[in-house]
Amino acid sequence: MSEQPIADLRRHQPRFSGLESGHRACTGCGEALGARLVTEAAGPDVLVANATGCLEVFTTAWPQSSWRVPWLHSLFENAGAIASGMEAALKAQGRPTKVLAFAGDGGTFDIGFQALSGMLERDHNVLYVCYDNEAYMNTGIQRSSSTPHAATTTTSPAGKARMGKRHLKKDIVSIIAAHHVAYAATASVAYPSDLRKKVRRAMAVEGATFLQVHSPCPLGWGHDGAVSIEVARLAVQTGLFPLVELERGSLTGVMPIREVRPVRDYLRAQKRFVHLFADDPRAREELDHIQALADHNIERYGLRGDRPDALDSEGADTVRRGGARWA
Amino acid sequence: MRDMLEGSQAIARAVALCRPQVVAAYPITPQTHIVENLSKLVADGKLTTELVSVESEFSAASVALGAAAAGSRAYTASSSQGIMLMSEVLFNIAGLRIPLVLTCANRAIGAPLSIWNDQQDSMAVRDAGWIQLYCADNQEAVDTTIQAYRIAERCEIPVMVCVDGFVLTHTMEAIDLPTQEQVDGFLPPYRFNRALDPRRPISIGTLVAPEYFSEVRHANHKALERAIDEIEAADRDWAEVSGRSSGGLVEVLGDPEARIGILTLGSATGTLLEALDEYPDLGPVRLIRLRCFRPFPFEALRRACAGLEQLAILERALSPGLGGIVGTEVRAALADLEGTLHIRDYAVGLGGRDIPLSTLPRVLEALAVPESERFRILDVNLEQLPEEDR
Repeated sequence: MSEQPIADLRRHQPRFSGLESGHRACTGCGEALGARLVTEAAGPDVLVANATGCLEVFTTAWPQSSWRVPWLHSLFENAGAIASGMEAALKAQGRPTKVLAFAGDGGTFDIGFQALSGMLERDHNVLYVCYDNEAYMNTGIQRSSSTPHAATTTTSPAGKARMGKRHLKKDIVSIIAAHHVAYAATASVAYPSDLRKKVRRAMAVEGATFLQVHSPCPLGWGHDGAVSIEVARLAVQTGLFPLVELERGSLTGVMPIREVRPVRDYLRAQKRFVHLFADDPRAREELDHIQALADHNIERYGLRGDRPDALDSEGADTVRRGGARWA
Repeated sequence: MRDMLEGSQAIARAVALCRPQVVAAYPITPQTHIVENLSKLVADGKLTTELVSVESEFSAASVALGAAAAGSRAYTASSSQGIMLMSEVLFNIAGLRIPLVLTCANRAIGAPLSIWNDQQDSMAVRDAGWIQLYCADNQEAVDTTIQAYRIAERCEIPVMVCVDGFVLTHTMEAIDLPTQEQVDGFLPPYRFNRALDPRRPISIGTLVAPEYFSEVRHANHKALERAIDEIEAADRDWAEVSGRSSGGLVEVLGDPEARIGILTLGSATGTLLEALDEYPDLGPVRLIRLRCFRPFPFEALRRACAGLEQLAILERALSPGLGGIVGTEVRAALADLEGTLHIRDYAVGLGGRDIPLSTLPRVLEALAVPESERFRILDVNLEQLPEEDR
């Protein structure tokens, strides 16, 4: 085997990417990586409905666009309904093109929740992807119902009287699964092969599917952009962000954790939790509370693996070709 | 052939004749009968369309937007609170230049809750960038719906067809429904140049920075102004097909030479025409009907008002703290006649209040008082109000 530089190999093996580089995302943006991975796995025969948010803003700004797939942004809270309309149109025209809906956690858990629920209930043939960075990052880090307990944001700041967000992170995937859709899963940008595999699995379903992609935000979480993947991986390894698959409401797959890490390792890596490491009994109580939440997830989903960690290699050898044709 | 049809039923049949590929529906009184009738046409196999029964008006408008952008002719309808809920999407549809047609079964907006007719709903979204056409009767609602699709698709501007709730939507009328061949000949299959297509990926709805925003707004505004020609052409061409005109931009009825005029929109036109017959001794009256409210037909309105000495405006909505909405705009359009033309503006028929035939003599009497208020709500029974609210 000759020794070719990686770049050269890439030229000879073009991979379709729906999201080109050169956009305006921050260094280490989990959402940008997530969107690239999703569009790579989904391939070129898609229409995208994108909610208002970072993803929409950093990929566009007229007259530029990073999208190589047909893409429409309408409003913040209607990605589910726009995607429903697109899908109905494609069905009426007899076109097999798949519709993707992209939204952040604000556009999914909060303001766009109703339109999403309607889309799921009507079982439109749409893969809805939520890039979950756990706060309203586009407007400057305000708490959403996805923000984890005790995280500090600009609207749930830690202070003398408060230890960050008082409420729990909404368990959105369970709510989605309660619609009895064919497939709902969580994924993380730290596990790209697993993420791609889940996208392909959802794409193969004729009906509404949902993917929640845990996407670190260096600015909002308070970590260096260079360690986004490490931070995202810790969320999985602590049990705070379980990687699960649910079919028709039943748990059908989990990514096991062989060496469970304490939540402190994850929390300490991010400034949004820095107040939990103060010499303060309330901080210690919150740390215990968060550890209990992670332990609960591990029990609930049976995450403790006795076999070696998943190598996250499933599907890694599958390359979506067609880049040149669709370029 | 003429059929005895309820307004909503006739509108649903007209929509079906336009072959929409996607219909997004949500119930609200008095619009409900339209989506019920469409659903029945689908159930009976008389209409092939993707009927999406959404969970809100907000999603109804969004589904229609998504469908039209993905290359299908789309339809939705609503009223009142529903129009309010979808208002964010309405601005978005127009800003994105998505061609689709919406029927607004005009109804009051709460609070206080009222399910009855006025035109506060469509007036509240007059700045959304939609074309707005107001129908005088159900035959016009049928003909205007068909015209609306051609206008929307030629101009890439959405069209709101406004019909007075209950007064039209729930009234039986002898309707001449056109044949499918007539409609097919008039309305070519839907083709949207910017339709989303993986073979030719484009980005729609990008962020637009200050260096382009004014230009986008300019283009929008000019497109609305230019739509005037398409609105007139659609009415003219459909008249050739069907033998019926719906009144173009501004319709002049009654005595076109009269010095006294009354201007209104929608179904009040029929009431006033009837009143002219009922009260022949009132002298010559020119009845002016504003069929097209957006784009605002300045030239046609000025022509229709030429030679008037007194003008009363009857409208079914108001802008609290300002007065009439239509009246304010008509005054602005006729500003150069100020001094020679005495204009008074009256809100009537609010929240379903009846507009009896006797409105005509009372309006003309009020109009004749030189020192009267520029605007007032007619028929307010002050005795029903506590002293401090009178």
